[in-house]
Amino acid sequence: MPEKDLASWAVDTAAQRGATYADVRVVQHRSRALATKNGKIGNASDSQSLGFSVRVIVNGAWGFAASADMSRGSVEATATRAVDIAKASATVKQSEVRLVPEKAVTADWTTPYRVDPFTISVEQNLALLEKIDAELRSVAGVTLAETNMNFRREEQWFFSSEGSNIHQTKYVTGAGYVAYAFAGSEIQKRSYPNSFGGQWQNKGYELIDELKLLEHARRIGEEAVALHGADQCPEGVFDIVLDSSQLGLQIHESVGHPIELDRVLGMEANFAGTSFLTLDKLRTLQYGSELVNVVADARQEHGPGLGTFAFDDEGVPAQCTPIISNGLFTGYLSSRETAPTIGLERSGGTLRAEGWNRLPIIRMTNISILPGEKPLTFDQLIASTDHGILFQTNRSWSIDDKRYNFQFGTEIGWEIKKGKRARMLKNPSYSGFTVGFWNSMDAICSRDEWTLWGTPNCGKGQPQQVMGTGHGASPARFRGVKVGSAYKGT
Amino acid sequence: MLTRDQAADIFSRIRKYATADEVECLFYGGHSALTRFANNTIHQNVAEENFGVSVRTVFGGRTARATTNAFDDEGLQRVVQASESLARVQQEDPDLLPVPSTGGDARASTSDAVVVPTRYFDETAALTPAERADAVGKIVSIAQKQKLTAAGIFASSEAVEGIFNSRGLSDWHSQTSAEISITMLASDSSGWQKANSPNVASLDPAALAQIAASKAAKSASPREIAAGKYTVILEPSAVLDMVGFAFFDFGGLAILDQRSFLSNRIGTRLFGDNITIWDDVAHPLQSGSPFDGEGLRRKRMKLVENGVVQRLVYARSSAEKMKKLEYADKVGPIEATGHGFPIPNEMGEAPMNIVFEPSRDPKTVDQMIASTERGILVTRLWYIREVDPYDKILTGMTRDGTFLVENGKVVCGLRNFRFNQSLIEMLSNVEQMSVPVRTSGEEAFDMVVPAMKVNGFNFTEVTKF
Repeated sequence: MPEKDLASWAVDTAAQRGATYADVRVVQHRSRALATKNGKIGNASDSQSLGFSVRVIVNGAWGFAASADMSRGSVEATATRAVDIAKASATVKQSEVRLVPEKAVTADWTTPYRVDPFTISVEQNLALLEKIDAELRSVAGVTLAETNMNFRREEQWFFSSEGSNIHQTKYVTGAGYVAYAFAGSEIQKRSYPNSFGGQWQNKGYELIDELKLLEHARRIGEEAVALHGADQCPEGVFDIVLDSSQLGLQIHESVGHPIELDRVLGMEANFAGTSFLTLDKLRTLQYGSELVNVVADARQEHGPGLGTFAFDDEGVPAQCTPIISNGLFTGYLSSRETAPTIGLERSGGTLRAEGWNRLPIIRMTNISILPGEKPLTFDQLIASTDHGILFQTNRSWSIDDKRYNFQFGTEIGWEIKKGKRARMLKNPSYSGFTVGFWNSMDAICSRDEWTLWGTPNCGKGQPQQVMGTGHGASPARFRGVKVGSAYKGT
Repeated sequence: MLTRDQAADIFSRIRKYATADEVECLFYGGHSALTRFANNTIHQNVAEENFGVSVRTVFGGRTARATTNAFDDEGLQRVVQASESLARVQQEDPDLLPVPSTGGDARASTSDAVVVPTRYFDETAALTPAERADAVGKIVSIAQKQKLTAAGIFASSEAVEGIFNSRGLSDWHSQTSAEISITMLASDSSGWQKANSPNVASLDPAALAQIAASKAAKSASPREIAAGKYTVILEPSAVLDMVGFAFFDFGGLAILDQRSFLSNRIGTRLFGDNITIWDDVAHPLQSGSPFDGEGLRRKRMKLVENGVVQRLVYARSSAEKMKKLEYADKVGPIEATGHGFPIPNEMGEAPMNIVFEPSRDPKTVDQMIASTERGILVTRLWYIREVDPYDKILTGMTRDGTFLVENGKVVCGLRNFRFNQSLIEMLSNVEQMSVPVRTSGEEAFDMVVPAMKVNGFNFTEVTKF
């Protein structure tokens, strides 16, 4: 059945059974995962999935049902199930669900890309990964080499009882690798271009070329081995410099999650937690120093982040919301249901679902710190630091359920002495409290050092959904940070 | 529900479309529903039905997998073609094994394999949105009576898993699952409980709600005490989420890859002599299917005996590789144990049905508290991540009910701590254990674990609530 006919049938069925609002998403998902491990194929798999969901409001409460059976009978049964579920929801409620208005639109949008990644031969992809794998293993002391390349294509049709008809196609490409070195009683590792899967963007195959993967492989292998001979990162209070990928994750954990309005309102209290950013802090909290400017920007002009789209999954256009402006906390991530709680007349457009079978919930879009306005290269940042520690490439991350207290470890650290990068440090970690930390930022590099990183594995919701988010960042410096507590007392 | 006969028919259609030397199909899917509540309101309420087939084709030493949820002829032809086109272009791997056969290595491994009890309960499969809402209503009323706010889930599902291959192996498993998780929130404190079972009748929403509410009330106005090393009483969920970080290192491939904290430590005393751990899919409190990703039946394995790591688990290929290594005589018995993940994969295998052996002298949590001069009672841990892979140092936070124990009594609630704690040291410092129970957390898969009283647990920071 054509997608529009399926949606009409579902919406009509829901309306006849009492729904005051209904939307339907039909989603076709395709993915390919390729990986090598120590010179052999680690993974070679394709996946395709097609299905639809019906989300309804009945008696002032939500219901949602999804099915992969696209027959007319299944569409009717699924819409009926969504209505029955909503009626059950309505028996335990404190107030009626109300959505802020949104204009109905008809639109068609596709991720800008140069090369469809699914048109590149598997042989070519595997040949590149095998070359990188071999280069990593050519370094004496590398005990495990792993590479990966991933492509995704998601085509979605969104229809609502208010008249929206939106067709979007997104492409995602990701790649990276890691070298492990086990010796004595230590396992060290180095990754490129980032850890936990590498770099991911809403792009075509052109990203693979841009990453210059092979060119960095030998250095990464050598650093993994060299870490065994490095000094342990000291314990104490230091000025620290975060590379842009680590700052991206710092933003994700200590800005991106606490600004999710569903968390703030207690909707995630049982699993992901709540937030220290209670509503009284909006436009009153000095979240960071005056150099800290953070936006939630899903628009194409922000770049090819994993949070870039034309419309969210309830048909709201992509927007840019100022989150922190010259250090002042100025905005949350919102949806049509939650926007009124902070006096907004329109949703911020951040409701997204992992696939056809998941309910859209508030998710980070591209939560990015804007680069410094004054020209500042990475080398100049290091040169202007008398004594400190440089942290590169995340190794561990943890933060409490209100997003106050965090601790991060990175794969490698470097002592900075008198403006120069000095000795290598192993097992570096730092910890702190969100607001104090962001207020200690006293320098951030300018646009040339800014990278829009992709985090493909953000978990949230029940049942849990994994979502891609974007985080633009330049290297930045923070004063007086607690370092080394991860190994304290162990 | 997709039946075994329907899956067999789909498999025979797939075989007709395939040109590969060998074909293996994994079937999966089912119906699931989850009622979610917060602020004493059902705010999300979902249901899903989906079934899929994952096709692995083999050409000589080359293999790949493709997955679809479209069972029409076009969908099946497309998934076979996708799998074959990914497999054909690879370089040959001489170590790739043929798929196991019904009368061959799969069944040869069943001599000490186990039979699982039924894990399908009609009452769980038939649970309706109205019944889940009714239970949530009772939870909310308990919250409202105590001026608390409830959040949580009530989920239920029925699911199937099946495997068929071109050498005649086939196996099928169906089961149901029900889960309740409850957080009770007060103005400056919270309490939590969670339970999961194949049989919904064994879950008691009101009892869980009362315990969570009691924890929220008792931890009100939390005190802040300095971080440091403390005796802790970890309730089973806290134990689960810590020890869950150990078991992916118990696979043969993790040792071959030299990424396991057990490298060079098998056969040595690593934990306290009161720690004995099994992997046992047939345990009455366990869950899951009795066969692995290649269709081998899972064996019951004693992984750790009196603190000594005795055995690893193996997929077929990992066992063959391990037998050829120079240190093969130092890793315990080597054989395929029915713990492999679907091929191809990078992780190899892992024990997924962990059961801690009961202590000779089990204590209740109340007895642990009564025997503690000064310590901390921990309900639950959160956001645990590995800081050091070989010393197995883990970091994370306490959450939803952390209490000071003094002179054998719970004195007050505490602000939450960050810990940086070696799992090896933790399991070496266990002073007392409760009777193991089926336990659910948020960081690890469900297991049968005890509560533990542990000395010298390393808290490094205190947060602000």
